[in-house]
Amino acid sequence: MDKILSVLTPEEYVYLSLRALYSEYGYKKYRMSKFEEYDLYAKNKDFLVSESAITFTDTDGKLLALKPDVTLSIIKNSKDINGVMKVYYNENVYRISKGTKTFKEIMQAGLECIGDVSADTIAEVLSLASKSLGVISENNVLTVSHLGVISEVLNYASISNDKKEQVLRLLGQKNLPEIKNLLSNENISDDKKELVYSLVTVYGSPEKVCDKLDGFAVSKEAIKCLGELKNVISVLKSENANVIIDFSVVNDMNYYNGISFKGFIEGVPTGVISGGQYDNLLVKMGKPYKAVGFAVYLDEISRVKGE
Amino acid sequence: MNGYLNIALPKGRLGEKVYDMFERSGYPCPSIKENNRKLIFENEELKIRFFWVKPSDVAIYVERGAADIGVAGKDILMEYKPEVYELCDLNMGKCSMCVAGKNGFVDNRNKTLRVATKFVNIAKEYYSAQGRDIDIIALNGSIELAPILDLSDVIVDIVETGTTLKENNLEVVERFMPISARLIANKSSFKFKTEVIEDITEKLQALAEKL
Repeated sequence: MDKILSVLTPEEYVYLSLRALYSEYGYKKYRMSKFEEYDLYAKNKDFLVSESAITFTDTDGKLLALKPDVTLSIIKNSKDINGVMKVYYNENVYRISKGTKTFKEIMQAGLECIGDVSADTIAEVLSLASKSLGVISENNVLTVSHLGVISEVLNYASISNDKKEQVLRLLGQKNLPEIKNLLSNENISDDKKELVYSLVTVYGSPEKVCDKLDGFAVSKEAIKCLGELKNVISVLKSENANVIIDFSVVNDMNYYNGISFKGFIEGVPTGVISGGQYDNLLVKMGKPYKAVGFAVYLDEISRVKGE
Repeated sequence: MNGYLNIALPKGRLGEKVYDMFERSGYPCPSIKENNRKLIFENEELKIRFFWVKPSDVAIYVERGAADIGVAGKDILMEYKPEVYELCDLNMGKCSMCVAGKNGFVDNRNKTLRVATKFVNIAKEYYSAQGRDIDIIALNGSIELAPILDLSDVIVDIVETGTTLKENNLEVVERFMPISARLIANKSSFKFKTEVIEDITEKLQALAEKL
């Protein structure tokens, strides 16, 4: 056994450990074929991290694509779910690399819960995200946000729809100076502006941030969302997870809603885990379910783990 | 990287002014002022490390985590759209992104507009928002030469005072984006070095507001 362990590359070791972790929690491995009909990706283009896919024509003339994403396929094939379908996957996906502008193969692992997703399911997924980070390195942090809170605050501040998108983009950059700039000519009270600014400045450990969160309780919906956020935070805290509340974790609201999160490892320049609730995507795809999940990007890990 | 905070500064006059701001904020590194060929300067006591890089490369060092924070012009950030946090407007290195052409230039919409620029993405975005059909001529320097030699109809470039333009019988057609130096941070570093990065941001912000 030791002999086998000694030849594993860091990615393989991490992947096998993740697999053991996910099966322990009752998740089933999901296998998929290498290609899908291109139509699936064309319809949900903005959901994909990468702009385009490698396409080719099948013998019957159908346009196929090498999969740039796994989540869409899992959703497409989800039907007759009783309760919650819990799956995990480890697949190669094909995306455009930002540097070379050419396609590259990326190993991606991930986990999805689809169906009757409850608060407990969401908490379990976040706790598994945090444990996944722990498998890679102890020096990790899971940053958690709630899109519902952000959306309610922006509504309350009566920010027009065209500005909203810009505010969200700037929030993702923690770009306070530009947000101030953008709102400077808006006819909005200073209190409301300050509340929008605090989406950037309210950041840190739950202990540090907790009492500031109540400032966002601007509507019934916002109070409900804050409750959901506090629930997952308290579950994560009870497991001694390294967790940070950070509203700069924003995902496209056309697909995502509710809890959103990103996981980081010290020494890895980009996030290694990205996930959240994506009920809106299921609505778009005509599925009567709710969903939550995350992806783990294994390609950057070898650098921290060493050989 | 072993507990140090790595700071990438843009080589040149702007970078030197920015370093002074760091010094006045309580993050000095005296060895940086020695006249030698060293590339990296450390303050062991404060655990900070400065290095000079080409201004257009700062964003890459920060995005890829070789530097935890850095100072880059808004022009570079708009051109490359790096995945970084933009924490503070330093209110320095102010200029604007402009379209400029020969004196008296009028855009003839019957023809494809030839645009010479270092900022290919910014120029594309600016003209596609207007639905204007253009041909991009990517240059690396002396952009002003292009309309004079009829290599292009206009240029898209940063203009500070406009003196170079004037001396070459060129004029600004439109200023469309204000530019200034920004403090940027790597998204992962921010999570693990929050305290020091927040402290630097706050102090630089206070200084910048007085400028």
